[in-house]
This record gives sequence, structure tokens and C-alpha cells, in this order.
Amino acid sequence: MQNNSLFSKEELARYNRHIIIPEFGLTAQNKLKESSVLVVGAGGLGSPLLLYLAAAGIGHIGIVDCDIVEDSNLQRQVLFGVHEIGLSKTKSAKQRLQSLNPYIKITEFNVQFTAQNAMEIAKDFDVVADGTDNFPTRYLVNDTCVFLDKPNVYASIYQFEGNVSVFNYVDKEGNRGPNYRDLFPVPPLAETVANCSEAGVLGVLPGIIGSMQALEVIKVITGVGETLTGKFYTFDALTFESRTFNVKRDPANPVNGDQPTIHRLVDYEQFCGSRAIKGVLKNVSATELYEWQLQKKDLQIIDVREAYEYEIVNINSTLIPLSILTENLNQIDQTKKVIVMCKSGVRSAKAIAVLEDKYGYKNLYNLEGGIINYINELQLDLPVY
Amino acid sequence: MATILIPTPLRRYTNNLSKVTLQGEIISEVIDNLVTTYPDLQRHLMDSSGAVRPFVNIFVDKDDIRNLHAQNTSVSGTSVISIVPAIAGGNLNH
Repeated sequence: MQNNSLFSKEELARYNRHIIIPEFGLTAQNKLKESSVLVVGAGGLGSPLLLYLAAAGIGHIGIVDCDIVEDSNLQRQVLFGVHEIGLSKTKSAKQRLQSLNPYIKITEFNVQFTAQNAMEIAKDFDVVADGTDNFPTRYLVNDTCVFLDKPNVYASIYQFEGNVSVFNYVDKEGNRGPNYRDLFPVPPLAETVANCSEAGVLGVLPGIIGSMQALEVIKVITGVGETLTGKFYTFDALTFESRTFNVKRDPANPVNGDQPTIHRLVDYEQFCGSRAIKGVLKNVSATELYEWQLQKKDLQIIDVREAYEYEIVNINSTLIPLSILTENLNQIDQTKKVIVMCKSGVRSAKAIAVLEDKYGYKNLYNLEGGIINYINELQLDLPVY
Repeated sequence: MATILIPTPLRRYTNNLSKVTLQGEIISEVIDNLVTTYPDLQRHLMDSSGAVRPFVNIFVDKDDIRNLHAQNTSVSGTSVISIVPAIAGGNLNH
């Protein structure tokens, strides 16, 4: 008998368990093979997502990530092992996925996904899957998909919570579903919860949510089943409560509502209130701070990390977690030099942005690289986390 | 009266309760009772004028109150109100 399908004998054997499902069959498997998916972020979500997409036989997978594999990734990023520590995530991912499935094409984009390169990177892919970990990139992925008319399979995790949806999806009747901006028109304020007042994620959670994201990618491509377009799924790992909400398009959506006001990609760091991250603030290096301390300069060090982080390691600073910063302004000196610090320098930058913009502080310095950099430069005997 | 589901990031302000039942016939009454009972929640849910912050979504059963009657949406004893904040990921660096 002649094999007239797109698949080799080896591929037919490989995908047998898909092909024998009556509702899926060779037709859906063909669609997977002919499709291309761009995965933005090869981290906690990207790991299961990429593994399942590769195993399922997506013909072409693009991976965007500019990070290298670190020890602290391995608690949840099951795509990587100890041998990849220090190597680029895209390269390590490509090797792993190609060993899992040599019949697919993988393209690495070892760059940060930015407003400058997003359209060029995404334009040749059928579907985009957002597995990123910060608000500016979430809005960037969303707007890129709207402008390029591509479905955005969305998943997000935070500590014990997970969300999944399918945005900007056009159904068989030609109806376009809502996008991220319909649900979240503006990002959270820097000083409120869920925007870095503390972070972390239970390792197994991205395994669950990233697998669901892979499922939605496969449904979007094959047309099998009902996707999460117009719906927003939430999962609470602590109570196992899962709920699916209805989401509608908002006529006021600035990218594709009734009267759009945004017609091209914008500065998403600025949009998300991360202006301090862009380096407008006054910095102090770990070495400079250490010298000031040795010179016994009259200064105050405010540590905006959480109490549990402070317990792991601190440098005799005053602890005021970012989440309760504005309730403790009386503890922050207005006259002498005040050094604001956190783990890596990002939360402290946000704290300074709030204190300067809303409360008129002018005496604040951000400890560059946070306590981690301070320890690595000056106090190697202290623990890092 | 209605049941409110508290998302995990906000449970530190509700004595770790994931679910609370409060009086009220419309959303604004229930939310007012919620922030009166747990005052630390206020600034996470509302701005200084008392309006629900735009990055916090409130659903009654399956529907967004923005698609119902906003804060005047009626609730009954069987209503489940979900507070759904935007979450982005677990990265400290953003």
C-alpha cells in the first residue's frame, strides 16, 4: 500500500495515539504539521508548553527568550537540566526539543521580545503563545497579535494562581474574540499586589497551566473542540477551585475597539509605570554604598523586600516591604541620603518611583543590582537566594 | 448576601480566608462590607474615590460586572463573586 500522506512511516508511528482518536485523526495531525507557533518565553510556562507542542508535532516552533538557564529555574522549568546551567535557554530548548522530535523545525530567537522586533519575529507564525512573566511584555504580545491578526494563546501564573485564555481569535463564523486589553485595560499600579510586591511560584503550577496552554494551542490549530476564546479560566492551586468566566470585547479598547487610539506598538515599560527601570533614577553601586558605610556617612538603608527574604539575609537595613511602603512613610527620612534596596534592584526602583512621584522625595538612591550584587561584590560569605 | 472568592495574592488581608460571605444586595454594598471587614484590602481594590480599580475584575458568577450593571449589579444569596486581579508571572525582575 502506498503512503500518500504528509507523514513518513516513522511519523505515522509516532503520532499513532493522536491519529486513532476519531475526532482528531490524520486531518488534525496534518494541521499540526503544517502549522507554526511562536512561544514567547521559555520559562516555567514555556517548558511544558514547548515539550507538548514539540511532542504533538507542530511543524515549526519559534522560541523567544534572552535568558540563560540558572539554578533557580530548575524547580519548575522542566525543559532544562543541570548540564544546561549557564547556557542560553533558546539553544538548550532547541536541543532538547529536537531530541524529543526530530521531525519538526525549531527557530531560536535569542533576544528580548521588544516593540522594535516583535512584529518582525511574529509575522511568519500562525499562532503566538504568551508564556512571559511581566506586564510590559504581556501588553506587547497582545498588541502585536492584534496588529498582525494572530490568535494569542495566553497563560499566566503567580504563586498559586493560574490563568488561561485565547485572545484575538476569529471563530468559524468570523467573529473576533476579545483580547487582553478588553479584560485588563490598564496594568496594576507598581505598589499594589501582583506587580512585584513579592513574587514566586509553586513549581508544579506552571506545569499544570502551561500544559493547558499547549492544549489550547492545539485546539486553535486543529479546530477540534471549543477554545477558550471569550472565556477566562482561573485555577487556584490551594483550593483546587477552577472557574471559567465570560469575557466580552470592549468598545473602548484602544487597539481594536470602536475608535482605536493606538495604531502601532508603544513603549510598554512606560505604559506599565516601570519608568524607574529605565534608569531615570539615581543609582548607587554596591562598592559606593560599602565605602559610604565604612566612612560612617549619615545615611539610611530601606529594604523593600518581604520579611522572609530579610530573614534569609540583610545588611542592617530598615525593613519596609514594598506592599506596605506608603503606609510607613514616617520611617523614611526626607533629608539625609536614603538608599533603597531589594533583591535585584527592580522593586527598589519601583519604590523610588512611587516615593518621588507621589510624595516628593528627592534624597533616594537605588542600590544597583540589589542585595545579590552587594553580596557577590563585597560579602561572598553571606547567603544568596 | 453573597459569597466572595478571594484570590490567593489578597488572602493575606483576609486572615488567609479564600471565601467570605457578606451582606449586601448589590455589588457595591458587598464590596463595601468586604473592605470594612478587611480594611487592608481597600487600597488593592479601590482608588481614593472608592471606585473599583480598573485592573481588578469583579465577576458575579460567570460574568464581568462591567457587562452587567457595574457596581449596581444585584446579587443574591447564591451568587458567587470572584475578584480576579491581573497577574503576570513569578519574576522578581519585573
